[in-house]
Amino acid sequence: MAAGNAIEVRDVSKVYRRYGHRRQFATLKSAILSGSFVSDLKADETFEALKGVSFDVAKGRTYGIIGRNGSGKSTMLKCVAGITRPTRGTVTVNGRISALIELGAGFHPEISGRENVFINGIMLGLSKKEITKRFDEIVRFAELEDFIDAPVKTYSSGMYMRLGFAVAIHVDPDVLLVDEVLAVGDEGFTHKCLDKFGEFRRRGKTILLVTHSLGLVERFCDEALWLEAGRVRGTGDPRRVVGAYVTAVEEGEEALLAREDARAREDVAAHVAAGGPPVATPHDPVAVGGATPAAEPTPTDMFLASSGRWGSREVEIAGVTLIGDEGPGHVFHASEKLIVRLAVTAAAPVTDFVFGFGLFNADGVCVYGTNTDLEDLDPAEIRGTGQVDFVIEPLGLIEGTYKIDVAVHRRDGYPYDYHRLLYTFRVKSRTKDVGIYRPPHRWVFSDGVKLTTRI
Amino acid sequence: MLHNLRQLLRYRGLIQSLVARELKARYRGSVLGFFWSFINPLLLLLIYSFVFAVVLPGTHPAEIEPYALFMFCGILPWTWFSSSLSESANVLIGHGNLIKKVLFPAEILPIVTVLANMVHFFLGLPILIGFLIYYWRPLTFVELLWFPVVVLVQALLTTGLALILSALTVHFRDIRDLLSNLLTFWFFATPIIYPMNQAVNQAPDFARNLLNLNPFTHLAISYQEILFYPGPFGHWRWLLALGAASVVLFLIGYFLFDRLRDSFAEEV
Repeated sequence: MAAGNAIEVRDVSKVYRRYGHRRQFATLKSAILSGSFVSDLKADETFEALKGVSFDVAKGRTYGIIGRNGSGKSTMLKCVAGITRPTRGTVTVNGRISALIELGAGFHPEISGRENVFINGIMLGLSKKEITKRFDEIVRFAELEDFIDAPVKTYSSGMYMRLGFAVAIHVDPDVLLVDEVLAVGDEGFTHKCLDKFGEFRRRGKTILLVTHSLGLVERFCDEALWLEAGRVRGTGDPRRVVGAYVTAVEEGEEALLAREDARAREDVAAHVAAGGPPVATPHDPVAVGGATPAAEPTPTDMFLASSGRWGSREVEIAGVTLIGDEGPGHVFHASEKLIVRLAVTAAAPVTDFVFGFGLFNADGVCVYGTNTDLEDLDPAEIRGTGQVDFVIEPLGLIEGTYKIDVAVHRRDGYPYDYHRLLYTFRVKSRTKDVGIYRPPHRWVFSDGVKLTTRI
Repeated sequence: MLHNLRQLLRYRGLIQSLVARELKARYRGSVLGFFWSFINPLLLLLIYSFVFAVVLPGTHPAEIEPYALFMFCGILPWTWFSSSLSESANVLIGHGNLIKKVLFPAEILPIVTVLANMVHFFLGLPILIGFLIYYWRPLTFVELLWFPVVVLVQALLTTGLALILSALTVHFRDIRDLLSNLLTFWFFATPIIYPMNQAVNQAPDFARNLLNLNPFTHLAISYQEILFYPGPFGHWRWLLALGAASVVLFLIGYFLFDRLRDSFAEEV
């Protein structure tokens, strides 16, 4: 082990065995028949959770592991903790480990918090004397002074977790392993935990953190590791690794949304082909204005409406493409320009037509709806094929998933081609603001009020 | 394996507190609490006394009197043995949380099970002593010196079996169901509710051999000779042989447990 390293992981692979139900039954039978138990405990189906992972964590560093669900993060942590042994490769840890993997895993519900603190502490490697010395501090940290003598089964899940966390953190480890446990408490307790981690860092302890909270990794870690399907996809500066990870996640979402959209449209096509009603619904969200401006739909109707496509197709919307700064896609940043591009065709010339657009958030609330008629654009003629762009610049939406309606119809509402909630896109934003609308805004402070930009 | 065995000594504090926790948690919330440790064997004894002294009075030889005391000498250690085994078959699965989420020497769990049941056994002893005083049975000091030896042999034997059972049950859950039936059979295949010499005189040869092969037979006879029968303790050769076999069994059990250890976190 190189000097100065707290954790060394070399070429670690972990193979899990998988048994089918039949397989397990067969194992018992064959085990009894052949009389050899150990040799029969081999399954032919295996799953490789980690594939040759190597990394070092220097003493005193805070190291973050990120990755999607099932990428092997927790398995990695368990290997470092020594709970499971890697199938191949070696893990070397220098110093006392405490693993915050499942808080309060060893608690017995029937006995008091006090007794559980002692037993849990001993399990984690403390001596009775050490626990007695730290007992008051543990209880104070867990904020359980009034309940420490009550049986643990009467605790709320928050109290349970707090006590588990308090014991684990007071083991005073050299290496602290943390698996996504900061989500346990209320805001106040989370801050307290972060403060405690900060204190650990100052005292030169090593922390290995597995989390989905990318912000935490960026703010808190000295180095990050990105696992993808059991392999290391990237390591190094947390900001860079997180950035690469976010990009990959967006690409994945992109593909997923594209597939979902395609499926929704196929469903509609199949429905129409099967003789479904290609008629307008009375509550036509885009067909507002024109002859019937009073027939404005209420949000309840939007909520009830499901996706679909209908209309006479005298003018047809043959294709819809969402285009961001980097070309067509389904995931856009709030700061980007979004173009909703409609490819339209009219077999015969049409002179009465209105293009409409509606935007809905995941709750089904209409975020915005408009059409060419409402914006005082009178139709002249449409003939052959053409292209209609609805440009939103900047996109300026709150982070979330949105669906859109696009339509072309007569001024009296008679639908030519109506696409209801058939297109989905996701908006990403660095700012986690809330609401349904982000007005253009800025903050201005007088001299007495000082703020700095968080990096 | 030897390294792990040495580690075990380091964990005695943990074993101690886990046994204490087991005992505390067991009767937490019940009105009679610890008294159940006395009442349970007493009730069991009552049932057997009813069957064999009231319903079927002629089944035991006349010289085995008081019959209740005779049965009690076997039932009390048998309860320790059988509850240890049936609990240890469940212990790793039941504490899956510990094995999967905490760095924890798993062999502590079956050992704690055996020890906690041993404490229950000790708590039942005052009743036995009460009986001995009530019937004014003659006990010799030298015979009583053998008592801890018998307890030690039983503890070793039970722990060895508990290690094997707990490790295998993780892979073959069927053992739990097999075990409960096996234990019933085992109980009747042990001279607890009948004396050994009756079985020797009346049963066919194969049954006698079976009884002699049954390790608990020799424990039961030892308890009976020390606590019930007058005269010197004559079964000591068998007991010492069983002690040696128990050491071997414990080592085999520990070896097997150690070999399967890595699979626990994945299988429980």
